[in-house]
Amino acid sequence: MIYLQLFLSFLQIGLFSFGGGYAAMPLIQEQVTEIHPWLSMSEFTDLITISQMTPGPIAVNGATFIGIKMAGIPGALVATFGCILPSCVIVMVIAKLYLKYRNMSTLQGVLNTLRPAVVAMIASAGVSILITAFWGSDAVISLSGTQWSMIAIFIGALVLLQKTNLNPILVMALAGVAKTVLHLAFGL
Amino acid sequence: MESKKNVLIKLFLSTLYLSAFTFGGGYVIVTLMQRKFVDQYHWIDKDEMLDLVAIAQSAPGAIAVNGAIVVGYKLAGFIGAVVAIIATILPPFIVISMISFIYAIIRDNVIVSQMLEGMQAGVGAVIMAVVFEMARGIHYGKNPMSAIILIGAFIVCVSGVSVIYVVIGCIIIGLIRTCIFGRKEIKK
Repeated sequence: MIYLQLFLSFLQIGLFSFGGGYAAMPLIQEQVTEIHPWLSMSEFTDLITISQMTPGPIAVNGATFIGIKMAGIPGALVATFGCILPSCVIVMVIAKLYLKYRNMSTLQGVLNTLRPAVVAMIASAGVSILITAFWGSDAVISLSGTQWSMIAIFIGALVLLQKTNLNPILVMALAGVAKTVLHLAFGL
Repeated sequence: MESKKNVLIKLFLSTLYLSAFTFGGGYVIVTLMQRKFVDQYHWIDKDEMLDLVAIAQSAPGAIAVNGAIVVGYKLAGFIGAVVAIIATILPPFIVISMISFIYAIIRDNVIVSQMLEGMQAGVGAVIMAVVFEMARGIHYGKNPMSAIILIGAFIVCVSGVSVIYVVIGCIIIGLIRTCIFGRKEIKK
């Protein structure tokens, strides 16, 4: 029952991703590469790359992309509905309470505790992506199996992002071009 | 205030526009919403908008979706929220649907696969840059708790424990902290 699985997976992604932006990424990774064999780790990374270059939240993009791959447009609709349903209920309840009581201190307290954990979760998903990038999808980490060109591109991109104000989308595109050139010119 | 039908149409069109042309995630779109609904239409006053944004950021799920829900709900109740959600998810849904079909066809092309591979290193760098920035943005203060949660959660995530448990654990810790110390202590 793929529709139900898609719905339930993205329901959990919608329910447990706090903090916006990349917060949904570790949850999507767990649901679609570990719990369900829907995407390989490199397909997942491609999805994140595509999400970066197109409008829309990662969770909605992911729901559409994975939904279509597994069950066509109906799958995409079911997955997207699953991922926004918790938001709808929770935001409307909080908005109603807020408009009535105008007090959100408990919420803020919980959120302040969650924030460092969300950063850690994103970091851990980033590490998984880098392991795939450096050692391939099979992820057997060894010195001889290391793709040094990818490590060089990663370091170059990170330096550009930290030292300049370049748009992240441009930096990613440059990384893609660099790899293509290295491959065509030197067979790396 | 304008007639409800007018508000709904304007709400739909402006949310659709914001969603279609906003790259760079939820925080950007929330700022643009503020400009549209507070400065341009004068539908929501400034202080209230700040609280609505806080709700959008506190609730789980994508911030862009939450922002649309909370603004739509405030302006026109449940139907307003529904209209705003549809307008927000329509652009990414259409764009990603089209990309999904193209992706399945061109993924095996040498140039495309090399580009995507290089971009894996690029997106890894973008994520790491975001992680550094977010980690710097946390208020550590005198209380070591944030640093402990950050490091602890990272170790737990990397060792393969489900991120959902990490989120639930932090919510419980946050509730306990809020009850014992009150809001001020945590905010520092």
